[in-house]
Amino acid sequence: MEGLRGYGLIAAMWIRSTMTYRTSFFLSTFGNAAITLLDFVAIMIMFSHVDELGGFTLPEIALLYGSCSASLGLADLLLGNTDRIGTRIRDGSLDTMLVRPVPVLAQVAADRFALRRLGRIAQGLVVLGWAVSELDQLHWTVGKTLMLPVMITAGAAIFGAVMVGGAAFQFLAGDAAEVQNSFTYGGCTMLQYPPTVFAKDLLRGVTYIVPLAFVNWLPALYVLGRPDPLGLPGWVAYASPLVAFVVFLPASLAWRAGVRSYRSTGS
Amino acid sequence: MRQPVVGRAGLYGAVAAGGFRRYATYGTATAAGVFTNTVFGFILAYTYIALWDERPGLGGYDQSEALTFMWVSQALLAAGALIGGGFQEEFQERVRTGDIAVDLYRPADLQMWWLAGDLGRAGFQLLGRGVVPLIVGGLAFQLALPTDPLRWLLFLVSVLLGLVVSFALRYLLGLAAFWLMDGAGINMMATVVSIFFSGMLLPLTVFPGGFGEFVRLLPWAAMLQVPVDVLLGGGDGAARTAGALGFQAVWAVVLLGLGRLLQAAATRKVVVQGG
Repeated sequence: MEGLRGYGLIAAMWIRSTMTYRTSFFLSTFGNAAITLLDFVAIMIMFSHVDELGGFTLPEIALLYGSCSASLGLADLLLGNTDRIGTRIRDGSLDTMLVRPVPVLAQVAADRFALRRLGRIAQGLVVLGWAVSELDQLHWTVGKTLMLPVMITAGAAIFGAVMVGGAAFQFLAGDAAEVQNSFTYGGCTMLQYPPTVFAKDLLRGVTYIVPLAFVNWLPALYVLGRPDPLGLPGWVAYASPLVAFVVFLPASLAWRAGVRSYRSTGS
Repeated sequence: MRQPVVGRAGLYGAVAAGGFRRYATYGTATAAGVFTNTVFGFILAYTYIALWDERPGLGGYDQSEALTFMWVSQALLAAGALIGGGFQEEFQERVRTGDIAVDLYRPADLQMWWLAGDLGRAGFQLLGRGVVPLIVGGLAFQLALPTDPLRWLLFLVSVLLGLVVSFALRYLLGLAAFWLMDGAGINMMATVVSIFFSGMLLPLTVFPGGFGEFVRLLPWAAMLQVPVDVLLGGGDGAARTAGALGFQAVWAVVLLGLGRLLQAAATRKVVVQGG
């Protein structure tokens, strides 16, 4: 509770501070949406040359793209700044956080809270909306419709766990924010394409080791009525929230171990 | 007042060496960057294979050339600061705090000083973050890398020109801080543009019709698309390569010139504000 309150206060402070440079805020929110939009434009350019990629049509890929973009955007908004921990360890500013009466994770996550990241979430939801309207032949049952919000929030939680785990890794490795980025941004780049495109070993890796497949592939395959290339049973589509919960355990344990092992640089 | 030419070359050489060494100290960050470029390389390689399976010869590349294009571009991203990074944020910070006044009183040209430092940085990142991903990509996939040493030499010339174009454009962003005070928004927009128009997401030859012809004339093409095409060679060799290098050189001169004009206006502004 203390953590949530602290998080809210710090986030509110950063929102006020970014609003001082209002033009810059609007530019960067728009830029945040535009970065991801151009990703999708590149996919549309691909589809100006082909009808299918890995056997999937453009609206089907848009469903994958929009859901993972919204999930990552949400995780990025709430926890994305944890990747700055390496810099904080190096310049010693983590020390001041340790003496405040608010959990360190809440402080690190809310630090430089960037409301502009709403841009990516909005863009993802727009593409997702377009995909749903194009996929009207799918017979949207209650189960499939409910799957969409569940997929986005569970996906955000899985990305969030990866971010916390990655931040914990930086206690050990130092300034390694990019490793975390390759699982989050890189993972999302992967998840926006159909699983049929990738090699089986890669699919096994993102299903059983870092379970990114539960962010959107498995739920989306269920929605689209397509089989999973690894032959997993249909019910795994519903497992995403459980998987999110399960991956948070090692991530938060690693975080605690990281904070405990922290030795200040003394600078 | 004016230093002899050799002295100046020595000065800028020292600044470049400083830029190189400074980035060389970030060992973990470099290793993490290599990891990221390799992971992205693998993901994109599979999407390229799917695309070129469906449309062989798309954009004038066969599948192994397309894969080469992608892996070489992963090797150039950090050096060209195409995904952000580079000197412009530090430059803007110095403008914001007023430290830039100190830079202006150095017995060196402001633009050349920052160019030397940025080339040093780029040189390190080309070695530190470029070579390993390209080797991994070459081991895991069938690439069409040339064996002719002259081709590689021309490629390095083209990379150097691309780096200068990239610097010259980012120098304009740095100078924009004199008017904007906060560079975050404009830097992000610039990154968006450079990711899309450099050919990082998809080779520019795949962009359709008139739009494709237009994007291939923009300066961002000089940073990635052109160097990779120089490496891949293509049909009619010499004339085409000369044209490619000329295209880069023209953008380098134009953008550096624009930078000098803007710099003159900006430094007058410093005097007006009193530093």
